[in-house]
Amino acid sequence: MLKLQNVVWNIPDGEQIIQDISYTAQQGKLVVITGPNGGGKTTLAKLIAGLEKPTSGKIYLNNDDITDCDITQRAKKGIAYAFQQPVRFKGITIQELLELAAGKELSYTELCDLLGKVGLCAREYINRELDSGLSGGEMKRVEIASVLARNAKVTIFDEPEAGIDLWSFTKLVETFQELRNQQNGLLLIISHQERILEIADEIVVIAKGKIRTVGSKDEVLPQLLSGEISKKCPRGKENQ
Amino acid sequence: MNKITEELLEQVSDYKGEFKGAYNIRENGQCVGRQSSKNIRIEPKTDKSGIDIHIAPNTKGEKVYIPACVTHSDVSDLVYNDFFVGEGADVTIVAGCGVHADNEGEAKHNGIHRFFVGKGAKVVYQEKHLGTGAKTAFKRIDPVTDAVLEDDSYLEMDTVQLGGVDSTLRQTRAKVGNGAKLIVRERIMTVGEEKAETDFKVEMNGEDSAVDLVSRSVAKGHSYQQFKSEIIGNNRCTGHSECDAILVDNGRVNAAPALEAAHLDAALIHEAAIGKIAGEQIIKLCTLGLTEEEAQERIISGFLK
Repeated sequence: MLKLQNVVWNIPDGEQIIQDISYTAQQGKLVVITGPNGGGKTTLAKLIAGLEKPTSGKIYLNNDDITDCDITQRAKKGIAYAFQQPVRFKGITIQELLELAAGKELSYTELCDLLGKVGLCAREYINRELDSGLSGGEMKRVEIASVLARNAKVTIFDEPEAGIDLWSFTKLVETFQELRNQQNGLLLIISHQERILEIADEIVVIAKGKIRTVGSKDEVLPQLLSGEISKKCPRGKENQ
Repeated sequence: MNKITEELLEQVSDYKGEFKGAYNIRENGQCVGRQSSKNIRIEPKTDKSGIDIHIAPNTKGEKVYIPACVTHSDVSDLVYNDFFVGEGADVTIVAGCGVHADNEGEAKHNGIHRFFVGKGAKVVYQEKHLGTGAKTAFKRIDPVTDAVLEDDSYLEMDTVQLGGVDSTLRQTRAKVGNGAKLIVRERIMTVGEEKAETDFKVEMNGEDSAVDLVSRSVAKGHSYQQFKSEIIGNNRCTGHSECDAILVDNGRVNAAPALEAAHLDAALIHEAAIGKIAGEQIIKLCTLGLTEEEAQERIISGFLK
């Protein structure tokens, strides 16, 4: 169980990006966080993974207060986070990254299985370095595989669809469904993709730093765009 | 051969009690073991200290080991080694250098290597530098390499120096013939007050000659590194040099790459990047459960692999 209690996060100049969010997600669920760009979704993911510390509020993992834990401590407690923009490393191979993520050596079969879940062939990829030789889409898929390797209690994917081709994306959606069916842990997926929203147990809509709606896909999807009016100025300043 | 030499050999040249094939082991300026093979003849020079290594044409898949060790201070070893690689040969040369000193004073090795790589020959040259012993002793290694690559030949130089050597100046000069290719892979880590300088000058004289020079380095503590490279394209050729350096603590790196194109079809490129480890790299590894220190160590070991 992951519980956010009155979580607030301000950027150093004082602007409030996350405004008093309280939310509890149960293990074994697939929760999709969606909402307009700039609404605070990635910030929320970073607050959960420990990349940012809340200005106020508490975060609990299975009743364990992890608010003051750093990134490493949270990772060890079972939180995994797939970056929206994967990080490149000169001299670290895909196999080495996956083994670091798994915390153990992986057999060829295990590597095949992990990479297969993101549509990559182990034979072609395990010895390749995570440098500029990999395309953006390949990096993204390796990033997702690295997080799957962790077998964590809470796994957060930040826009996993970004940069992934249609064929690999189909495979990825299947993988998310499989993970949910295994009831292993909590999957939190930040996404705007209809096909990912379709497989959600619960959808959380975040806008302007607040939770606008929470509910099942049948409740949330029909009213997802309600209240959204196309504006000339994205910041609503056309009348100023 | 003394015990320290044996230990150094294990680390710099994969010595496991013996070498298979041709070898020459140098200890404190003296030869302590030499063996030629059917295709690789090692002979001492008559006019100065050093050896001539003759590799017969079309020798395939053989290795030759020429490690040199200095095991105490107040030794200044200067050696001249010349490699004559016959046409069509395909060999690996392992040339580690270990310097050890237990007290004050200076222990120095200065190896001057000349390579004459025959037509169509392929050479992989591996060189590992290591300094061990007391911090009070000054360990110094100053290698000079001069290579002539004849038409369609290939020379790959793979050099590693990961701490322990107080001062090093590596000078490499090469002349590359028609269709020949020079590959350099250099990895250096300096710590404490160490200083390492590398200075490359490659003349691309042949048509369709190529050079690919990649230096990866890490400067820790208060160490200082200087990277100089000069690629001169005198013909239709491709040249690429890359200097990537990571700074840790108060390390300093000076990169001075130079390209000179003297032919319309000389395609020369240089890339250089110096900086600390990217914060996002540390964060990514922390999200996998590594501490910041472990993440830094892992990033550096991969970078210098």
